[in-house]
Amino acid sequence: VIHEEAEAVKAPRVEDRARVTGSTLYVDDIPFDRLLYVEILRSRHAHARLLRVDAARARAAPGVAAAITYADLESSTGSFPLAASRVDDLRQPARSFLARDEVGFVGEPVAAVAAETRAAARDALEALEVDYEPLDAVIEPEAALEPDAPRAHASLPDNLAFRLEAGLGDVDAAFRGADRVVRLALQSPRLAACALETRGAVAQWLPASEELILWSSTQAPHLLRSQLAATLQLRESAVRVIAPEVGGGFGSKRSAYAEEALVAILARRLAPRPVKWVESRRENLLATVHGRGQSAEIELALRADGKILGLRYDAVVDVGAYHPSCPAAAPELTAAAIGGPYRVPASRVSLRGAFTNKVPTDAYRGAGRAEATLAMERVLDAAAVELELDPIEIRRANFTREAVFRPPTGVALDAGDCPSALDRLLSACAYASLRGEQEARRNAGELVGIGLAAYLDVCAGGSSARAEAVVWETGGVRVGPAGDVEVFTGTSSQGQGQEAALARIASEILGVPPEVVRVRRGDTAAIHDGRGVAGSRSVAVGGSAVREAARRIDAKLRSVAAALLRVPVEYVERVDGGFACGGRRVSRAEVCLEAHRAASLPADTPPGLEELVHYPARGPISSFGAHLAFVSVDRDTGEVRLEKYFASDDFGRVVDLLRVEGQALGGIAQGIGQALLEEVVYDESGQLLTSTFLEYALPRASHLPLVVCSRGETPSTMNPLGARGAGEAGAIAAPPAIANAVVDALREFGVRHVDLPLRPEKVWRLIRAAEERGD
Amino acid sequence: LIPAAFEYRAPRTVEEALALLAKHREEARVLTGGHGLIPALKLRQETPALVVDLRRIPGLGDVEPLDPAPPSPRAAPPDPFCGGPGRSGGLRIGALVTHRALAEAPTVRSRCPVLAEVAALIGDPQVRSVGTLVGSICHGDPAADYPAVLLALGARVLIASPRGERLAEVAEFIQGPFETALEPDELVLAVEVDRSAPASSAYYKVRRSASGFALAAAAAVVEIEGERIRSCAIGVTGVTTRPFRAHAVEERLVGALCAHGFPEAAARGASDGQSVLDDIHASAEYRAHLAEVCIRRAVEKALSRR
Repeated sequence: VIHEEAEAVKAPRVEDRARVTGSTLYVDDIPFDRLLYVEILRSRHAHARLLRVDAARARAAPGVAAAITYADLESSTGSFPLAASRVDDLRQPARSFLARDEVGFVGEPVAAVAAETRAAARDALEALEVDYEPLDAVIEPEAALEPDAPRAHASLPDNLAFRLEAGLGDVDAAFRGADRVVRLALQSPRLAACALETRGAVAQWLPASEELILWSSTQAPHLLRSQLAATLQLRESAVRVIAPEVGGGFGSKRSAYAEEALVAILARRLAPRPVKWVESRRENLLATVHGRGQSAEIELALRADGKILGLRYDAVVDVGAYHPSCPAAAPELTAAAIGGPYRVPASRVSLRGAFTNKVPTDAYRGAGRAEATLAMERVLDAAAVELELDPIEIRRANFTREAVFRPPTGVALDAGDCPSALDRLLSACAYASLRGEQEARRNAGELVGIGLAAYLDVCAGGSSARAEAVVWETGGVRVGPAGDVEVFTGTSSQGQGQEAALARIASEILGVPPEVVRVRRGDTAAIHDGRGVAGSRSVAVGGSAVREAARRIDAKLRSVAAALLRVPVEYVERVDGGFACGGRRVSRAEVCLEAHRAASLPADTPPGLEELVHYPARGPISSFGAHLAFVSVDRDTGEVRLEKYFASDDFGRVVDLLRVEGQALGGIAQGIGQALLEEVVYDESGQLLTSTFLEYALPRASHLPLVVCSRGETPSTMNPLGARGAGEAGAIAAPPAIANAVVDALREFGVRHVDLPLRPEKVWRLIRAAEERGD
Repeated sequence: LIPAAFEYRAPRTVEEALALLAKHREEARVLTGGHGLIPALKLRQETPALVVDLRRIPGLGDVEPLDPAPPSPRAAPPDPFCGGPGRSGGLRIGALVTHRALAEAPTVRSRCPVLAEVAALIGDPQVRSVGTLVGSICHGDPAADYPAVLLALGARVLIASPRGERLAEVAEFIQGPFETALEPDELVLAVEVDRSAPASSAYYKVRRSASGFALAAAAAVVEIEGERIRSCAIGVTGVTTRPFRAHAVEERLVGALCAHGFPEAAARGASDGQSVLDDIHASAEYRAHLAEVCIRRAVEKALSRR
């Protein structure tokens, strides 16, 4: 029996062997002949006027093929166009791939050198002469929006980067009629994505065909292709972008970067030699976009029984020195997701972007939703304490009962079924006995806390204000005359292995083993368009496109088989290795060959087995769930120990269970990092203090407790696979669950809130302050 | 992250190495495990003209027992208060001995288990397999683990130069953050601990979350007589610009009853008068507090091992 709907199976992780043994080819590993190496000179100042950049000595340095500054960018428009956004007052200061007369952050590219070796390129940077005139820098986003703040860019009147206002219902009336108003101010600090593979790009210009090929560790090859074509003033068909194996991105490799344009510009000058730039780890921390960076105030209007009447959310977003090429994407998702899975009858959301003299912020796993979920789940716990309600009950009282509902942005959201996920969580963790353990240990003098967070992961960017129609994806299937199956997808991969799921979707429809299906992705020459990898949508949306293409191919195979069997198509059955009608059968190989040879095809059946589908998702897609953290706090040192972690997620119907489990666990690990360790720190002059892994703390195996995952499978009705997104849940749910647990552990000290990351000194200060007050 | 060009030499003898240092002096840097030097080269914080790699010199990778004389039937019985056999025996740890070798060597585990305990806490398996104790103390990071335990053990550094060999107390050798008493033409051959440590010794560390270096850490070497603490040596690292011995705390502990645990408030003000670090990892106030916590916990752990 062939199941038309893909079943959850544990397909072996065939990709791991090559990764673990180091034979996977990332951008930096692909061999090229006569390669030139690029190094970038970056601004040492957060904000300065650029008085002079002289590359003459660098050009004469040993092994140097080219050294370029702003003056050498004439073959391009000098910057990438900004994608459309529905925020108001969107401003972008003048920006170019190499700084012109002003630098806006430490790490901004000022000049680039291409040389015969990496070392020669690096040495030649020392020969570049740059004169700066330092200007006042603005670092803190809230201070940046004050009227008398220094300006992040001399060319702008102030530091407002955008505004986003949205609302629903009569909020002021809701607050006037409330029994209780609960307010909380909180921070989502900047994070560094720290993909294991840093960014990198190789460009080659082929003079004969007037074509640029760019290999990049990008998450979105088609978007990069379009951006490069626009800035280089080439036809899109003259730019081929290939994303080979990519070693992580977490959102940070989605936007197009100056370095990708610079290698392309250098490759045109130095053609046909290929030109490579690979980011060092320090550059990665300094010049790759950061995530998060939101400071917010959230207010809930509540009835005494815990029912939410209204919500206000007012946040300042730390944009950095410039918008990334997709501006304000995360803030739009915060506005959409702020109410979480709860019914909020009246709400008002206001986000203001502030330019600061720091590297731009952009998408980071859980983008926008993580900030919203942190705020909502924290304020609900604060409300539960004030109203003397159980944290579970206040959530149950407010879960929406509608399948599709509208947040303040007015865009439809899929509400999922959080009540069932919460019930599953409570039974998986044996909640009553956990509370019993907490009680016993508290009585013995320990500080022990339990924290809960429910979440709605708005997937596919689908409910952002940007696109009510939900994001589309391309998918293709081609079956060759020998019966080989190739699947094409416009999604890409940053290493999560969704190729296996796509192969399975096609294989089950076509009745072939998944191993014979080859998935081609990450190459603009393989498929004409696509959205890349972002927003937990590769299977739900991309897989649906592949499924539709496979169904069309299957229909054609059946009609070819019917012609060969000389029976009407509805009498054709699929059997092992081919097709049959009654006792007669024809092998799959014969059918595939005949479909191409077309000797006996009916007149209305064109030859060939190739289908390309442009699939628009039907509506909003969310995954949802509830997580619980159990922590203890060292009274003397403030160290937080995450002892147990329970996750109850619902990713809809699962196609490929092992990789989904990998996503669930990886997201939780990343969320634990956010909760306990990670924070990008700049000093007041805009120098990055967390510029190596000696300062920037990532979670390690030793930070992870035993994680117990349970999973529901509520199919999404918005795509034929029934799939939801699995990529970001943990990064969204773990930070509030852990923060709530730590606040619970500190209850005896009257602690109401702690900002992330929950580093020991911060926690110790709260304990000490309470002890000094004599609590 | 590419170092500036430098000359690389890997001499086969200590004499050759000393000759290179004598010739190049401040222009030369010495490589053993490279965990301090190589990142500094890559970030171009260090741009030496010459790197002298000691790893081809035979004999520097050994841990040797230092015994005044082989034990004989007529030798005095082991100190009844301070552990078992080998109590009198010290150790000489060569310049190329890795953290892993220290953590695993039977002589270290029997004679100086607290040193093995510290070595096993450093970095991760890769770091421990390459990094060296001597490299660590010559690098002089004020948050490194070894200074605490070496101070508590009263260890000495064996230094060679064209003028001959000398022994320096670790307390004198460590001068400040990334500063040692080593002259440009000198080479550390080994670290010596002149007698074994009692079982009642321990190390307690609060880690920096990013690197695992000590935010604060203390090593306690406690000598017990009967039911009381006879003497006690406490080294503290991570807290101050220069790791230190907590002499005032040590004095308060002498004579204390082991069964009563760590005397209340005995660690108070442990880092008073010291130059306490204040940086992105922690404030001076928190570090000074942690120093007290680490001292108490190290001593409690040591007492629990008696």
